[in-house]
Amino acid sequence: MTALEVKNLHAGVDGKAILHGLDLTVRAGEIHALMGPNGSGKSTLSHVLMGHIRYEVYEGDVLLDGTSILGLLPHYRARLGLFLGFQYPQEVPGIKMGSFLNAAYKRMHPENEMEIPEFFAYVDERMNLLKLDPSFGARYLNDGFSGGEKKRAEVLQMLVLAPRIAILDESDSGLDIDALKTVAEAIDHFASPEVGILLITHYQRLLDYVTPDFVHVMVDGRIVRSGGSDLAQKLEELGYKWIKEEATVEVT
Amino acid sequence: MVLEQETVNREYKYGFRDDIEYVYRTAKGLSEDVVREISGLKDEPEWMLKMRLRGYSHFLERVMPDWGGDLDDIDFDDIRYYLKPSEKEGRSWDEVPDKIRETFDRLGIPEAERKFLAGVGAQYDSEVVYHKTLKHLEEQGVVFMGTDAALKEYPEIFKEYFATLVPPEDNKFAALNTAVWSGGSFVYVPKGVKVEQPLQAYFRINSENMGQFERTLIIGDEDCQFHYIEGCTAPTYTTNSLHAAVVEVIAKPGAIVRYTTLQNWSDNVYNLVTKRAYAYENSTVEWVDANIGSRLTMKYPSVYLVGKGAKTEILSVAYAGKGMHQDAGAKAIHLASDTQSRITSKSVSQNGGRVTYRGHLAVAKGARNVKSNVRCDALMLDAVSRSDTYPYMDIEEEDASITHEATVGKISEDVLYYLMSRGLTENEAMNMVVLGFLEIFTKELPMEYAVEFNRLIKMEIEGNVG
Ligand SMILES: Nc1ncnc2c1ncn2[C@@H]1O[C@H](COP(=O)(O)OP(=O)(O)OP(=O)(O)O)[C@@H](O)[C@H]1O
Ligand SMILES: [Mg+2]
Repeated sequence: MTALEVKNLHAGVDGKAILHGLDLTVRAGEIHALMGPNGSGKSTLSHVLMGHIRYEVYEGDVLLDGTSILGLLPHYRARLGLFLGFQYPQEVPGIKMGSFLNAAYKRMHPENEMEIPEFFAYVDERMNLLKLDPSFGARYLNDGFSGGEKKRAEVLQMLVLAPRIAILDESDSGLDIDALKTVAEAIDHFASPEVGILLITHYQRLLDYVTPDFVHVMVDGRIVRSGGSDLAQKLEELGYKWIKEEATVEVT
Repeated sequence: MVLEQETVNREYKYGFRDDIEYVYRTAKGLSEDVVREISGLKDEPEWMLKMRLRGYSHFLERVMPDWGGDLDDIDFDDIRYYLKPSEKEGRSWDEVPDKIRETFDRLGIPEAERKFLAGVGAQYDSEVVYHKTLKHLEEQGVVFMGTDAALKEYPEIFKEYFATLVPPEDNKFAALNTAVWSGGSFVYVPKGVKVEQPLQAYFRINSENMGQFERTLIIGDEDCQFHYIEGCTAPTYTTNSLHAAVVEVIAKPGAIVRYTTLQNWSDNVYNLVTKRAYAYENSTVEWVDANIGSRLTMKYPSVYLVGKGAKTEILSVAYAGKGMHQDAGAKAIHLASDTQSRITSKSVSQNGGRVTYRGHLAVAKGARNVKSNVRCDALMLDAVSRSDTYPYMDIEEEDASITHEATVGKISEDVLYYLMSRGLTENEAMNMVVLGFLEIFTKELPMEYAVEFNRLIKMEIEGNVG
């Protein structure tokens, strides 16, 4: 069965150690929320999982379906069904969203051959879900997109590329109230027994629509607390202070 | 888990060559006799022979240009200046010798002709071997034929314009071209005629140590509109070939003329081309110029804005991989008021390739209210490649509005990573970024050409990945 397992992960970037022994397992059918203060290492985790070459793993392992993926370049991980919705998506001028999605889809699902019109209909359906205007298909990838549009475009890519394990890094940040609802509903729609989802978020608002099975709190490169959806509510009320204090007590 | 490695294809697809028997060829090397021989073979009028000799004598006098690329390895004595592949210019592909026809088949020309072209010309080494224009265009007076044939059939109009934009003394390679020119396209579109589909010429060098010196003369009469497009390829040899063409384009008042070139030479061709256009009152000249391959290209399409209200747009893209130097750019010379120019240059260098942008923007005294916009962007795919920019400006009127922007960039690791996270290999990601960078050019091409251009660029990039 599909599962992403992170075991005792120590990792960093450009010589700076950021993750200090992180454990996490996301199985198909589960929705996990990962929360934590700014700078705690959430995005770092996402890039280590996706395989950014600048990020180094010092210790530990990451397994997909029981096999280590640490030696694989990002495109292989993607083709195995791993997806990352970026906190800061890159702009690629001159490449139309539609043709980009088509190229990516072909790489990820070589078994599903779709003619162009069929594929574009498939994309349009998903754009509708996200209330993205179909004209976005002819726009250059993220080029000149507003902050919120970029986030929706990331979620669109997830819906189109249909991964088995999806990590969404703050896909809810920068969205207006209606857009947040739309995006949340789209994620909810995407959730199924076949996919595992890791939502990196700062806000309870998203979790009001997409109920997580597990909530994890990350502080200083470690998961210091895990619980059910009520944990997120508690954080919303109390902030991270109490968790940090407890964490310090545990360590000393 | 089985993960296959993608294979890399680094072949130059057009590198094949044919063994054909030439109908005629001159001995290697250049002399006055060779010039006379070529003119005699073509049975030319006296004025043309004189013009050729003028070119030849200037060629001898003129020193090699030393301001651009490295020309030291050109051995003028080791080049064959004239190679005639067939007896006549065919009007149907059946009249073209089998082997040559097969070559153009492989290059996809007859197929493109059937699908979307208004007229086609095909040149093989020195001579045009095929020429055909759609009937309804011929009936409207559109002339599209080999330049040699035009000299015979339209002597007056030919003499009126030939070498008026690029005189024999213009530069060393224009002088050489004038001396030994052969082939090229002649286009005349009459007043008010609009040609919807492109007129296309295809230039193929087949022989080793060959010099191809086509001469193209394009005249757009008042208020006409058309698009001329040309493609070039050559086989891969170990020794060098020389392509020294001259192109003259005249846009009469109100005419809209677009000239697109897609050059994809093998990397042993010296490509030294003089391209110049005159844009008369309220006319528009558009150069769309792409250079892939060649050992050295020196080419700066120029537009002289001679009539009030004339406009030009010059779009130049260049790719230089290993062992290639693209010294390209554009010139806009504003000689009249209310004229506008826009120059966009995009270059990509990789694997030690070198690109140079050389531009010239001039606004003459008395040319008021000129607008010009120059933009050059260079993309270097690795640290061993090189890119230089030399924009010259002579602005003699204060009310000219000139903008100039230049950028030099590298492909960002984060962009590659982003694309790879969507299942693309590093190569595919790099291709995508480059194609995106060049899209401003590609979108100006007819669809079929855009597809072909993208394919060529992908092949070059993959072949040059370190
Ligand atoms: N290239 C780098 N060099 C040095 N430090 C870095 C580098 N990249 C990230 N960091 C640091 O690593 C820490 C973790 O960053 P990361 O982006 O993973 O945090 P985050 O939990 O995603 O924060 P946020 O909630 O603000 O998105 C931060 O202190 C950051 O400044
Ligand atoms: Mg982050």
